[in-house]
Amino acid sequence: MFEKLGMYLQYPFVRYALIVGVLIALCSSLLGVTLVLKRFSFIGDGLSHVAFGAIAIASVLNLSNEMLLVLPITVVSAVILLRTGQNTRIKGDAAIAMISVGALGFGYLIMNIFSTSSNLSGDVCSTLFGSTSILTLSPKEVWLCVILSTIVLIIFILFYNKIFAVTFDENFARSAGTNAEGYNLLIAVVIAVIIVLAMNLVGSLLISALVIFPALSSMRLFHSFKTVTIFSAVLSVMCAFAGILISILAGTPVGSTIVAVDIAAFALCCIAGKIKG
Amino acid sequence: MNLLTIQDLSVGYDSVAVVEGLNFSVDEGDYLCIVGENGSGKTTLMKTLLHLQEPLRGQILTGGGLKKNEIGYLPQQTIVQKDFPASVREIVLSGCQGRCGLRPFYNKEEKKLADKNMERMGITPLKNRCYRDLSGGQQQRVLLARALCATQKILLLDEPVSGLDPKVTSEMYSLIEGLNREGITIIMISHDIASSVRYASHILHIGDTVFYGTRDAYLKSDIGRFFLAQQKGGEA
Repeated sequence: MFEKLGMYLQYPFVRYALIVGVLIALCSSLLGVTLVLKRFSFIGDGLSHVAFGAIAIASVLNLSNEMLLVLPITVVSAVILLRTGQNTRIKGDAAIAMISVGALGFGYLIMNIFSTSSNLSGDVCSTLFGSTSILTLSPKEVWLCVILSTIVLIIFILFYNKIFAVTFDENFARSAGTNAEGYNLLIAVVIAVIIVLAMNLVGSLLISALVIFPALSSMRLFHSFKTVTIFSAVLSVMCAFAGILISILAGTPVGSTIVAVDIAAFALCCIAGKIKG
Repeated sequence: MNLLTIQDLSVGYDSVAVVEGLNFSVDEGDYLCIVGENGSGKTTLMKTLLHLQEPLRGQILTGGGLKKNEIGYLPQQTIVQKDFPASVREIVLSGCQGRCGLRPFYNKEEKKLADKNMERMGITPLKNRCYRDLSGGQQQRVLLARALCATQKILLLDEPVSGLDPKVTSEMYSLIEGLNREGITIIMISHDIASSVRYASHILHIGDTVFYGTRDAYLKSDIGRFFLAQQKGGEA
């Protein structure tokens, strides 16, 4: 088995997949804790559907670089979703449901009407569930991913204390003069970037798993925000790494294998948490 | 010394006023209780005092060197906090957030301040415990320590004893009284009228009729007597 693995690791595309997979897993787990606690677990799901719609538009328009369209659309939707979460008639969860199914339906519709591809259902399936695209990354895409992940990581570290304050008690933070709305906006934008990155890895239907499972697993075991965040990052990276290796060796789809490993880890953490008391 | 002066203040939502034409002032060392029935606008008034929402009309002036964001706030607990994985120290330290501005990390003085306020609230032994594992009274002490990190002068407490059992309630009241003796100005929202008149120096009653004055004047006023009798009747 190790020989087989060693052989695969000699291919640049396998190494690219591992680098990108680990980075995406790291970034997506960081904000997971905040999202779970703010009751925004489904925002990842909603945004990824928006990204799906955007990809449909991009492919119809025959854009050479989909990112240029997908990223701004997703960021704008994230901002709208977080804003509606607070002061409107349509509450957060309904707004997410509305935008996500709307984008999904609309995306599939225009793909069907305008598509020039010979394998439409294959295209749709791979956008939804992740595809081999993680194994066909060009060096340019890998660099883009590395740069964006680094930016996400730096922003998270610099604003860690503020994110904590805003997550734990938004009203208190605002009364003390913290620009809570600004930081909510920042969180929304960062999530959108992560979602667009993660689409490559697990596809749009499975992104939520990458965001929430490490956070939930970690919350079973640890008792401070810092340890929960660190452990969920470590766990997420390990799961993604293991998932990619397993999928290469067993020939299973990358995205769903990673999610399966995440679920197994969650189960283990639950048991460990029970034993620990 | 006048810390807060409220002039002709109207508060409400979506330009519908809940309370109109309020005038009162809070001096250094005061213990002001804001009382009134449910829906009388206590919470709205408090949010306006904290600058969480804009007043519909009128002004909130600060004096005595108090800055706009230097009111220490003890909010009611939210559902989010019930299972929030955070240590006591992390939460108390987050009270220093307002001092940081754009600086990303806490400095030594802020950490010292947090330690000092944990000591003051008697929660130093709990500092590495998880917030969600604490009892209601302990959680309130943590949030009070956090509020103290945000202010030197004035605390605004929103129903600090709701949901606490009688023993912990009286502990909480004497803790707050102690802080008031140390010179910290207290503004407290409460619907526990009996305790309010016991501890407060001033009472602001809002509702259909508005009363503002010292505790003794309130006890002699019609509205004070009526409200006290009503609540006693309600409990009996």
